[in-house]
Parts: sequence; C-alpha cells; structure tokens
Amino acid sequence: MDAVLGQLFAGLSLGSVLLLAALGLALTFGQMGVINMAHGEFMMAGAYTAYVAQNVIADAGVALILAIPLGFVVGGVMGVVLEATLIRRMYLRPLDTLLVTWGVALILQQVARDVFGAPNVDVRAPSWLSGSVDLGITQVPAARLFILGLAVVAVTGLALVLTKTALGRRIRAVVQNRDLAETAGVSTRATDRLTFFIGSGLAGIAGVALTLLGSTGPTLGSNYIVDAFLVVVAGGVGQIKGTVIAAFGLGLLQAGIEYSTTASLAKVAVFALVVVFLQARPQGIFSVRTRSLA
Amino acid sequence: MNTVRSVAILCALALATSACGSRTDTGSGGTAAKSCVDTSGDSVKVGFLNSLSGTMAISEKTVFDSLKLAADQINAAGGVNGKKLSVVSEDGASEPTVFAEKATKLISSDCVAAVFGGWTSSSRKAMLPVFEGANALLFYPVQYEGLESSPNIFYTGATTNQQIVPALDYLKEKGVKSLFLVGSDYVFPRTANKIIQAYAKANGIEVKGEEYAPLGHTDFATIVNKVKGSGSAAVFNTLNGDSNVAFFKEYRNAGLTAAAMPVVSVSIAEEEVGGVGVDNLVGQLTAWNYYQTIDSPANKTFVAAFKEKYGQGRVTSDPMEAAYTSLFLWKSMVEKANSFTPDDVKKASGGVSHDAPEGMVTVNGENHHIAKTALIGKVGADGLIHTEWSSAKPIEPDPFLKGYDWAKGLAG
Amino acid sequence: MRRELGALIGFAVGALALLVLAPALLSDFRLSLLGKFVCYAIVAVGIGLAWGRGGMLTLGQGVFFGLGAYVMAMHLKLADAGPSGVPDFMKLYGSGEVPGWWEPFRSPVVTVIGVIAIPSLVALGLGAAVFRRRVRGAYFAILSQALAAAFAILLVGQHATIGGTNGLNGFRSFFGFALYDPVNKRMLFYIAASTLLVVLAIAWQLYRSRFGELLMAVRDQEERVRFLGYDPANIKIVAYVVAAAMAGVAGALFVPIVGIISPASVGVVPSIAFLIGVAIGGRSTLFGPAVGAIVVAWAQTTLSESFPSFWIYFQGALFLLVVAFLPSGLSTVASLRRRTREAT
Repeated sequence: MDAVLGQLFAGLSLGSVLLLAALGLALTFGQMGVINMAHGEFMMAGAYTAYVAQNVIADAGVALILAIPLGFVVGGVMGVVLEATLIRRMYLRPLDTLLVTWGVALILQQVARDVFGAPNVDVRAPSWLSGSVDLGITQVPAARLFILGLAVVAVTGLALVLTKTALGRRIRAVVQNRDLAETAGVSTRATDRLTFFIGSGLAGIAGVALTLLGSTGPTLGSNYIVDAFLVVVAGGVGQIKGTVIAAFGLGLLQAGIEYSTTASLAKVAVFALVVVFLQARPQGIFSVRTRSLA
Repeated sequence: MNTVRSVAILCALALATSACGSRTDTGSGGTAAKSCVDTSGDSVKVGFLNSLSGTMAISEKTVFDSLKLAADQINAAGGVNGKKLSVVSEDGASEPTVFAEKATKLISSDCVAAVFGGWTSSSRKAMLPVFEGANALLFYPVQYEGLESSPNIFYTGATTNQQIVPALDYLKEKGVKSLFLVGSDYVFPRTANKIIQAYAKANGIEVKGEEYAPLGHTDFATIVNKVKGSGSAAVFNTLNGDSNVAFFKEYRNAGLTAAAMPVVSVSIAEEEVGGVGVDNLVGQLTAWNYYQTIDSPANKTFVAAFKEKYGQGRVTSDPMEAAYTSLFLWKSMVEKANSFTPDDVKKASGGVSHDAPEGMVTVNGENHHIAKTALIGKVGADGLIHTEWSSAKPIEPDPFLKGYDWAKGLAG
Repeated sequence: MRRELGALIGFAVGALALLVLAPALLSDFRLSLLGKFVCYAIVAVGIGLAWGRGGMLTLGQGVFFGLGAYVMAMHLKLADAGPSGVPDFMKLYGSGEVPGWWEPFRSPVVTVIGVIAIPSLVALGLGAAVFRRRVRGAYFAILSQALAAAFAILLVGQHATIGGTNGLNGFRSFFGFALYDPVNKRMLFYIAASTLLVVLAIAWQLYRSRFGELLMAVRDQEERVRFLGYDPANIKIVAYVVAAAMAGVAGALFVPIVGIISPASVGVVPSIAFLIGVAIGGRSTLFGPAVGAIVVAWAQTTLSESFPSFWIYFQGALFLLVVAFLPSGLSTVASLRRRTREAT
C-alpha cells in the first residue's frame, strides 16, 4: 500500500516537473504556433541563476526563494530578446523558427559551457527541503512536494492572468484569431512580446526547481525538451487545462509503467501512446475551435 | 525514357566500379597497412584521443590533462629510448564513430607509435577493429566490463575482478546479506550486474532488485521508491554521469542514508563528487584502484605535479591516474623491447612493471591488462575519497573470470 | 530547357568530382571520410524531398537511417560469424543464441531488400497514420522527434540482441570483401558515390514529374490541392517513404564505411544534424542538400579538430542566420546573382 501511494506521488511529482517545463512552452506555442527549441536552455539559465544566487547569498533557503523570481526575469528577458531579434521576423514560417531556435539552443549551451565550465555545478538544497515529509499516510520527499506546490502556484497564477486581466484577454484574443484581434485594435506585437516574456520566465522558474532534483549543467534543458514538447502536443494548443491534464497524465503513466517494467520501456511506451493518442485526437486533448482552415 | 536511361547508366557505373574490389576468401585481415611510424629523427609521435567536446568531455578532458602531464614529465627526463614525445591530440567528440575515424587518422595519416585514450565501452569497441586491422597499439585507461582481450589494446584500468569482485568481497566481509542493483542501461552495468548476480547466488546474498535507467535519465523517484521498499542492506550503483546527481539527491530526499543503506558506486571518483554535491555523498562507498588520498611518495609527487600544472583546485582520480601510468608503462615496454614497432612492444610487455601513484602495477603479457590493488573508499566531508579497505596485494587481471568457479558460463 | 541543362551539368560536375577527382587527390583516410559524408548527403537528398519540396519537417530521419544501418550491420555480423555461427557479442552478453528475427538477414538478398523495404514500410505505416489524420506542421515535427528519441532508447535497452549502446561493430568483411583491404575501402567509396548520383537522379526525375509539382503544391497550399480532387495525404506519404528509403540506403552504406552503428548515430541530435546541411545548402534545390551536407560535415571534421568550442558557435550561428535570413539556403545567393545579371 505504501509503495502504491509512494508511486502515485512519484507520478504526480513527475507530472508537476513536466508541467513546469511545458507550461511556458504551451503559452508561446499556443500564441504563435512557434515551437521554441531554446525553451530548454531558458530552463538551464534559470538553473544557473539558482547556482549564482547561492554563491552570492550564503543561506541556501533564502537563495532559493530569491532565485525563483530572479529565474523568471532571467528566462523572460532571454525570451524577449529572442522574440525581438529573430522570432518576430519569421511568424509566417513557424517550422523555420523551430530550426532557428535550435541553433540558438546550441549556442546557449556552449555559452554555459564556456562561462560555468562543462562539469555540473552543485546547487545545495536548503535543509528544510532535504529529507522527507510525513503526510500521515505516506512519506514524501520535501523537495518534490515543494515543486508540486510551485507548479500549482504557477498554473493558478497563469490562469488568473489569462482570465482576469486585460493582458490575459488580449493574449486569448490573439491565440484565437490573430487577424481579428489586430483589426479590433489589439497590438499583437506588444502582446506577443509579453506572452514570450511570461512563457520564457516560466521556463526560468522550472529551471530553478529542477536544481532540487537533478544535475545542473549545460545540457539540463535538452534532457527535458522532448518530453515538454510531447506534453504540449498531447494537451492541445490554446488552453492551459489541456497542458495540465497532459502533464499529470503522462507523469502518472510514466511512473506507473516504470514501476511494473523498466524506466527505458516506460519512456518508449509513453512516446508510443502519445502517437496513438494523436491518431484519435490530432489536435490534442483540447483545442480552440476556429473557422480558419490552417 | 530519359529517367530510365540515366538511372540505368548510373547503376551500370556503380556495378563497374564495385567489381574492382579484391575479394578475399580467407576473411582474414587482408593486407594490413604497413606501419608508417617514423623513428629516424630525435622525436617520436604519440596520439591522445579523448572527447574534448560532447557529453563525455567532462570526464575525458581530465584524462587528457593527465596524459599531457605524463608526456611533459617523460620529455623532461629525456624522452622514450632517447626520443622526445611529440603529441598529436584528437577530439573523439563523445561519438564512437568519431573515435574510429580519428583513430584511423592518427594511425595512418599521423603515423603515431601508440594511441592513448578512449573512455566509454562503445568508443573502445569502435576503435578495436581499427587497431587490430592496422596492427597498432591503444592504451585504454578506464575500468570496464571485462570480457575482452585484444592483442592490440593495453587495458590500464581495472577489469571486473579488480573492482566489482573485490567490492562484493568487502560487502560480504561486512555481513551484507541483501543487495539492490541500480545502473544505467548500457553494457558496463548490465555485465557488472550479471557478475554480481552470479556472485550473490554463490555466496548467499539476496539480490532484491535490479533496475536500469536510460542514459541521461533524470527522474529517479520510481527507482528510489523501489529501492526504499526493498529493505536491502546495501545498494550497488553502476549509474553513469548526470544520473548519479539525480539519484543521490532523490536518495537523500527519500530519507535514505549511508548509515542505514550504504551505496557502493563504481563510477563516482573525486572528479564527480563536486557535481553530485558532497552533502549528498558523504559516507557513501566507492570501489576503485586509486584515490587522491593514497599515502605514497609516487602519489604525492603525481598529485603535486598535477596541481602545479592545472591549479590547486583540481583533483586527481582513478582514470586520470590509469592514463598517466599507461604512458609510463608504454615507455618501459618500448625501452625493454628497444623498438617502437607494435609487435616488439607487445612481445616485451609481459612483466613490465611501474611504481605508479596507485602502487606497483605489472603488465600481464597474455591478456594485456595490469595487476592492480583494489581499494574500497568512503567519501569524506572534504570531497575526497579515503581508503577503507584494500586487497592484500595487487590482483592479477582475469577479464573472463576464468579463475572463479561461480562465474562459470558468464563469459559465454 | 535551361534548367534541364543546368541539372545535367550538375550531374557531370558531381560525377567528375566524386568519381575521378576525389579518388585521385585524396589519401585513403580522407577518401573514406568523404565516403561517410556522402552517406549523409544521401540522407540529405531525401530530406530535401520531404522537407524542401513537401514541407514535412522530419526531425526523425535518424530512425530510417538506423533501420537501414542495423539491417546491414546484422548481416555483416552474421556473415562474419560464418554459416549458422553466432555473432561474438551475443556470446559475451546474450544467451549465445541468435534470435529468430536475425535469421533472415543471413541472406545477402534479404538484406539488400530489407535495407530499402524496412525503412519504407515503417515510413508507410507511420505516414499513413499521421498524414491521413492531417497531423502536420510543428505537430508532425515533434512526433518525428519523439520517434527518434524512442527509437534510440529502445536500441540502447536491447543490449543482448543488438549491442545496446555499443551498437554493432567490428565487421571484417562486406559481402565477402575484406574491409581492411584499402582497395576494398576505395570500392566502398565508389559504391557510395555512385549511389548518391543515382539518388540525385531519382530526385531530379521526381521533381520534374507531375508528382513533383503536386508535392510543391501540397507544401504551399494543402487545402487547394485537396479541393482540386487530389488526396494530399497520399502525395505526402509517397515523398516521406522515398525519403525514408534514401535514409535507409545511406545507413546501410554508412556501416561498412565507418565500421560501427550505435544508438548515438540515430537519436534526436544526429537527426537534427542531418537538417543543418540541407538548410544551409538550400532545401528545395536539387543539389543544395547534398552539397550542403558534404560541406558542413567536412567543415565540422576539420574545424572541430582545431577549435571545438568555436566550431559550435560557428555552426549554430551559420545555421541560425541561414534559416532566418536565407530560407532557401546559400544556393539562393548564386541564383540572386544570376537574376541581377540577367536584369542588367
């Protein structure tokens, strides 16, 4: 029983990691149909932000808490720069954007290698996040609980922004019908840039969170990028709830299959299941219905 | 019409050109390329082949550094057989195909007398036919899964009976009755675990689980969950690279400790401790043949020279030491043979010994491995590894585990 | 008529360079390297067809490359082991018995057919599933990438039957020809170079045909093609299958030339790397992808030797700038010049 609960939590936790990694991607992809391959490198930048914060501030806990907003800004600024210099020029060629951002990813990884060195750096977890927490029915690692909480906060925050603010209305308008929004007086240029800021900032937060679980090195982002894409594709474009369901669904699925078989097999099985699922629902779990043909 | 004709012409061309190959029925190496090593001048070329880019660069760069140090020291002391070493270094780029390609280049275009390097099993397997085909020499400095013995390769890292088996002996001595095996999904962990299973069966140790993670895997919640639920006395860890970071963070977060359930690792050396985080590793065990903390004059000189050349913050580790030693072993072989020709060097190799930083090592002329002392170490709070236990004397290499009754049938 | 002539001149130059000049000028080692790049170029021609002409950004061409390569490698392993023999690595790591699905590849004929047929069939199945459901654009790109990732993980796990991370290596002969004989290495180069010319000829004829026109139409306006009464899915599937077959053939040639095939050559990164040369050379031109692939691979080998870090910046930046600002690749520079000359 304990093992099953532990495994259930492992699945939820993996789901929350996937969600953090994919949330920003879903936003930018939904907005512009642009797949940003450098999203993983924004996560890496967030992770290194946590590392730098820890070198400046001795207390690991304070450093981590500070690193979250800092990571958001670092990721966000990198996103805006990328949007303004390259992506903006190629809205009509989304597939080319995928390749261009891959070139950017390659360069950013090398920058990280030259700045921080090729070996992994060590980001210490604060004492209150190492060890496990007793939830009464089962014990769970504190760091994972923290990340789960962070993911929930991020999703809720994003949902509030999208539904309650003027910016959110503009973003949704542009996602649903770019031309009509433009005609109605929404500055799509400014909206795109802000969306990119938020989406890339979320990647930065994901990066900070990941330092609690894994290694912090130049290839941190590329380890997650394929999975994050799959979540976005399976979840469908334009609505966060699709991404949330897909992230937790894939997380639970992966953990479940892994428990009864092996990690390699679980990964392959999850990939295969997504392909099959897209046969049934080519546009993912949820999709925004529009009258446009494309 | 046009299509058919142009394709037909090209096909004919392809057939015509392919007919000019020479068919050999024996299937033997054919006409092996003549060695082009130039020993007429006062210097001789050697090749260093390590990944300086890609995922393995982190580890292999350190081996490259210590090889350089060895070459400098040998040159400062007058060279090999009176000839200075001139180093040609190539980047293996963490890809087996590149290793094979660059090995060919070093042998046939640069005409080096011997090549030093390689790290992953796949890089070694990719280079093996190249060295055998050209009858050239490779010195491979990393512990590996055994079950191999090429006349053209000298293995200066440990084979399984010098690392895995002593680690098991140690655990048995400590009264460990059950084990959990965690490894990355590739040849070394798979082979190591096969050996561990056989050993455990013969020695009354229960293996409670065997789990593999894909290379680069970063989520160990499930595997650690299984480890935790198993109630094993110890964990045998053959994970590789980044996965160790995620594994040990998860291990600690799940409330598992070195005191309650120690982890014996065979791929974590001084170099990796920093990246995993000392906090996550303190008290855990490792199995190697060399630690920076070894208290011997040869090691003190090596560590001091290395730090002087590359900075006080650097550490030395087992593969680095094995690579450093390999160059000196080659030197002794060449001087014993009084020749740089691979066949002469091979003939002279048996019994060549060297007072290495890890202690006295001796080359086995039959299987081209070297006799080494096995050391079990414990990670200290200083980030270094301290010897807990050592084998009584250097262990003779036995890559096919022929001398162990329980290992019958393992080597096919 | 002029374009026809241009293509013919291109073929003549290519044949001269690959079949006469290269063997005459290059050392055995460099020639064998060029042979490897020629294999990449064959993949590139296929990508040019699927992506440049058909608009299908395939990030998973490594899968088909790998299928062709592994089929060939299995045959070479079995041939080395002799009739009813067991490949060496299976004795060491596996059960010591040859799995049933290896057996057909003892036959050279089955192998040669398999090299083309297996990637084609996989592409057919996949293409039928994906394109009929109108999965396209970024969705298709991501799916093909996930496929490459899954394929590599799957291979890595099968270490007793297909060598896991080590892959298959240590081949001694190629259909009876000793691989360590320099004469045979040259022969392999000629085979690869001729195959590249054949593959280019096939692509040329496809581009000139009605099918080629339809493929471009699908790329530019899929819905209009549908309204005209064609099924865009069928057109895309054909292009995808041909591209896969080309990748499979390239993989099969890669194995004897390089001497190893491992999951490292078929995963996500190598699959994207195949695209770099295509994009730089000019994705929708006939010769651009092949030339681009060879030049980029050549530059990678020579530049990365001396400046590994610089090479990554250079490669990344070149790729980025070409895709962003010269979407038709460097070959557009040439045609731009021609156009300005004609205008004056």
